[in-house]
Amino acid sequence: MQINKLVKALVFALPVLALAACSSTEDTTADSEAERRATQERTQQEEQRGVETGSADRQMTPEEERRERMDELRQENTIHFEFDDSNISSEYAEVLDAHAEYLLNNPNVNVVVEGHTDERGTPEYNIALGERRANAVVNHLQNQGVLSSQLSTVSYGEEKPVVRRSNEEAWAQNRRAVLVY
Amino acid sequence: MKHIRVYTFLVLTTLLTGLGLQSPSAHAALEIVITEGIDSARPVAVVPFEWRGNGEAPYDFTEVIAADLRRSGRFNPIAVDDMPGQPTSDGDVDYSAWARSGVEAILVGHVESQGIGRYRVSYELIDVLRGQITGGGSQSLQNGELVHSQDHIIESRSSVVNDGQFRQYAHRISDVVYEALTGERGAFMTRIAYVIVEPDSDLPYQLVVADYDGHNERTLLRSPQPLMSPSWSPDGSKLAYVSFENRRSEIYIQDIYSTERRQVTSFPAINGNPVFSPDGKRLAMVLSKDGQPDIYVLDLETDRLTRVTEHWRIDTEPSWVPDGSGLVFTSERGGRAQVYHVDVRSRNVRRLTFEGESNLGASVTPDGRHLIMVNRTNGRYHIAKQDFPSGRNFQVLTETQLDESPSLAPNGSMIIYSTKYRNRQVLALVSTDGRFRARIPSREGEVKAPAWSPFI
Repeated sequence: MQINKLVKALVFALPVLALAACSSTEDTTADSEAERRATQERTQQEEQRGVETGSADRQMTPEEERRERMDELRQENTIHFEFDDSNISSEYAEVLDAHAEYLLNNPNVNVVVEGHTDERGTPEYNIALGERRANAVVNHLQNQGVLSSQLSTVSYGEEKPVVRRSNEEAWAQNRRAVLVY
Repeated sequence: MKHIRVYTFLVLTTLLTGLGLQSPSAHAALEIVITEGIDSARPVAVVPFEWRGNGEAPYDFTEVIAADLRRSGRFNPIAVDDMPGQPTSDGDVDYSAWARSGVEAILVGHVESQGIGRYRVSYELIDVLRGQITGGGSQSLQNGELVHSQDHIIESRSSVVNDGQFRQYAHRISDVVYEALTGERGAFMTRIAYVIVEPDSDLPYQLVVADYDGHNERTLLRSPQPLMSPSWSPDGSKLAYVSFENRRSEIYIQDIYSTERRQVTSFPAINGNPVFSPDGKRLAMVLSKDGQPDIYVLDLETDRLTRVTEHWRIDTEPSWVPDGSGLVFTSERGGRAQVYHVDVRSRNVRRLTFEGESNLGASVTPDGRHLIMVNRTNGRYHIAKQDFPSGRNFQVLTETQLDESPSLAPNGSMIIYSTKYRNRQVLALVSTDGRFRARIPSREGEVKAPAWSPFI
């Protein structure tokens, strides 16, 4: 049904559009004026003949789909770690790959990787541990080809917790590296 | 541009709230709550000083002195109600009554006016038992002559003080009493630097100094970004610390009186944990500009930077040994974090700690005989002590939670540290012998990174 209507609409609309195109000048305002008039006429005709137009969803190319997913992944900018550990768990590989690709495609963009720890251990040791976490992220990005000039680190250790509580859940949220653009 | 503005604001804040101005910050004033150790302390009496003038006494010296002595963990001043009398000089003391009260020493004194705003404060520290034996005066033969002595009077002093100096002079009397009775210098005229964090504030991070008892709190710096690791110059006039005000760690030195501050380092990556050498000429620190955190020493006169440790794993938390010949530091070179000693000249490194899972944040007591550190055993962090350098007589001193940042009083008698109490970071005290313990709750915010000043 939908397709029938579409075909009918096109049959009537196309000659009008062609006429409008013929009458256009180099002047862009005149051009858009002509378009406007064409649309108006088409609507009028449709109204007179009782038809309505529809459109098909344009299929995204695989490349476009991938890019959209990458943009989504890039919204995720926090990597969490185990206690006293700076290994990047495999669940974050995809997220970091998305950041790497973005940085590769935008060599003028820089990112600061912040390293954070939970409150256990001493503040100075945690500064060192936070740096190790930030460096783990930097190394991962460099392995994907990101330029070292785009990357810098700062470790805040235990000084900037997300959750100011003393339990396992809070600690897990505070042990993190954050990519800040 | 943004950074420059922040910086200007920081400087302004330091100027406005510097020590010279009478603008005590209203928020976090500390208060000391003793939780353990009074039973083992020596009973003494601080008898209220007599005011020999008209109207109200200008100041209650004895309240400050008694609080000082109690907080030292060594003494238990008895309540005024339990005193068998209130003598004001040696002549008034009923020795047999005082001997029965069980105190070993009493402090008596009086205050007189010496013109507008000036007062003469006189006091005597008296050995009660000796006084009872000699009846307040003994006679002995010296070189064939009969000599009258008053050897029961341990100290007798008199000074004129201005009314603005009352509290300071009370601490001075506490120092005299403490040293006379223990043989060790008192640390009541000292300060503590610390960091207050008020997470909901626009400038959440504050570097603060206060008298050791929490009075006269002054903010030296407020910042939107973390402040860490305050460390005193040996003359007590400057603090070195770490600031993240430019979104990276940088080391600064600030004069606590003039508020003048200067940036000392801003290398890539970590610029951390500055510590003045005992002679004040060098600054030990942690830098990771060469790949990983290592210990460096900056000569403050020549600006020459020397790398002291070089290891691919974490080295951090340098602290000078009292003679300045070396540093103790934390390293992961053996797997988990442990404390090591490095000789600054030879760079020889030796491991010092072996107890528990790990040991961190160590410092050597001023007498050079003990190592104080944070020990982790079964996942719990407590302040601990062992002999230096032998490592014998390991002892855990605290029972609080998540203890960190221990800092020694300049006489080595007490350790101030940061701990967690009711989900908030607070300061706490423990005596180096572990018998005396106190909490220092603050009214607001989190309090951390305490640093006890040298003698001032």
